[in-house]
Amino acid sequence: MFYREAGDFKTSYVEDSQTFPIRFDRWRYYAVVILAVAVVPFFINDYWANAVFVPFLIYAIAAIGLNILTGYCGQVSLGTGGFMAVGAYACYKLMTAFPDVSILIHVLLAGGITAGVGVLFGLPSLRIKGFYLAVATLAAQFFLVWLFNKVPWFYNYSASGQISAPERSVLGVAVTGASATASAKYLFCLAILFVLAWLARNLTRGTVGRKWMAIRDMDIAAEIIGVNPLTTKLSAFAVSSFFVGVAGALFFSVYLGAVEVGEAFGIQKSFLILFMIIIGGLGSIFGSFAGAAFLVLLPVLLKNVLVGQLGWATDLAAHVELMIVGALIVVFLIAEPHGMAQLWRLAKEKLRLWPFPH
Amino acid sequence: MPDQLLYAMEAGLNGLMAGVMYALVALGFVLIFKASGIFNYAQGVLALFAALTLVGLQDGQVPFAHLINAVFGTDLHSFGWTLPAVVAIALAAGVMVLLAVVIEKLVLQHLVNQAPIILFMATIGMAYFLEGLGDLMWGADIKKLDIGLPQGINETIDTLTYNAFGYGFFIDNLDIVATVVAAVLVISLTLFSQYTKYGRALRAVADDHQAALSVGISLRFIWVLVWSIAGIVALVAGIMWGSKSGVQFSLSLIALKALPVLMLGGFTSIPGAIVGGLIIGMGEKLFEFWIGPMIGGATENWFAYVLALVFLVFRPQGLFGEKIIERV
Repeated sequence: MFYREAGDFKTSYVEDSQTFPIRFDRWRYYAVVILAVAVVPFFINDYWANAVFVPFLIYAIAAIGLNILTGYCGQVSLGTGGFMAVGAYACYKLMTAFPDVSILIHVLLAGGITAGVGVLFGLPSLRIKGFYLAVATLAAQFFLVWLFNKVPWFYNYSASGQISAPERSVLGVAVTGASATASAKYLFCLAILFVLAWLARNLTRGTVGRKWMAIRDMDIAAEIIGVNPLTTKLSAFAVSSFFVGVAGALFFSVYLGAVEVGEAFGIQKSFLILFMIIIGGLGSIFGSFAGAAFLVLLPVLLKNVLVGQLGWATDLAAHVELMIVGALIVVFLIAEPHGMAQLWRLAKEKLRLWPFPH
Repeated sequence: MPDQLLYAMEAGLNGLMAGVMYALVALGFVLIFKASGIFNYAQGVLALFAALTLVGLQDGQVPFAHLINAVFGTDLHSFGWTLPAVVAIALAAGVMVLLAVVIEKLVLQHLVNQAPIILFMATIGMAYFLEGLGDLMWGADIKKLDIGLPQGINETIDTLTYNAFGYGFFIDNLDIVATVVAAVLVISLTLFSQYTKYGRALRAVADDHQAALSVGISLRFIWVLVWSIAGIVALVAGIMWGSKSGVQFSLSLIALKALPVLMLGGFTSIPGAIVGGLIIGMGEKLFEFWIGPMIGGATENWFAYVLALVFLVFRPQGLFGEKIIERV
């Protein structure tokens, strides 16, 4: 009834090619943004920020990054954890080396450094494809984690081998360290996510994104019609790693504060983010958000129900959680291999006709 | 001979033995990949699950004891018996076959004709599920697996090499047993696939699913068969690794180590899995021995992957893999 193209006349090319062509979608989008920017920060407390919102925002950035590489460009990567570690350590080195510069610049620079490392590890993708490439990215994962463990320069020769974020601020408001408030952390991550998501959305529907998708669908055919596989694949690796690096930097500096590399950025993290984009939907920005939200909320929910309500031991609850996550992934793949984004698409199709059957 | 060379030889030999262990896991991967084109990430967790089941059965643990106790407030732990190793192994093999049937019924059957990447993800999901299930059934503590395999230094080799070079090599008896078992396993699998009716059907399916279907081979039966075999190979691998380092979560991580082995050898080749395992095993031990001390040690974590990566750049299909031919 209200979800229609009809009656929404477009009189310019700009209007015709806007991201949300349906009026209802546009209003919904504005409503969500206003809710996120102007309402949530006033109600957020430490528990909600640390358990739900901040991890969700950060994982969403990482998921968009991986989705660009895997969903849009078709290069499966199991090295996300390693690239997040690069972002985190780059951010740490910059934060401690240049204490007077704004943390925002450090985070973005950390993303840039990760992009460079990503391109380096992306080079073999020109020769190796499919599963072989997926396993090859494991080399990045294990090598990078090992490197940050073994070379003391990266953790400033601290005795524990950990890195911990000193207090840094943006525009005079502390966003890292002990005195950062929940709403400051939340808004900082939200701002970065908003800009990056906007960037990703527009990259993927432009020339660059179309080249990525051409390579994904069939690389030889794409090459024949004039898509350069070298620049296309490497640009996907660079952009993806930039996102993942920013996510890693935020994960370390804003969310955790102190990090032990093997624990925070191990292979499990790579799989977690891969699951997010599978459950959310490969090749969809919305899917990255949905997958991140789902996999951040599910453990919180399960923990509250199993430990809080039923009073089970935490290790027991952890095992059950593992089983449920595993089973859900399989169920999702069987029921809807294209993830939540596809469910959303189908719902919208239905909504356009509603309340009529045809 | 100079001491350094002798030490290196010992490290290399031990690496070869470790390589056999990797190859055992890689073997299960290759079997499933050949027969169904599924890249089975869950192989390592299958080995963990098999080993957990074996220990649990042998010690007469009550399955799901922890869960039952939590839900009903009972205090169950053990049936109070100890099964002989042979019976426990047979029962564990039975459980693995049952698991193969369940996996086929509940998962694979619904995922026919999906893209390989989707199937791969599904096996990751299965790996998580099985990991949780194994811990839930038998508990997450580190268990000791003892089915009476010989362990410890092999005295004969020690004496022989001492007499020959003046330095006794340390070779674990268990590694020698593992080598023999791996050899037996490979030979029997080769014989099975070459000379039996089902082995031929298996190769037919590996060659071409649709053609195999059209001559009356039941794809579903073959899948159950191949997952059962992979489950039993996983049981063997689980026994070997479990006897070596205890049954614990890290066992499932050897699956990841088996991946570079596969890439070196090629996904579709059984001899490739063995040769790849040997190269990786020996390579990482020698690298750790010579280069490791210079750059901080613990290079075993990543050496295998980097070696495979570098190797693949020059030969993308692996050592023995089928040539990749691409058409538009």
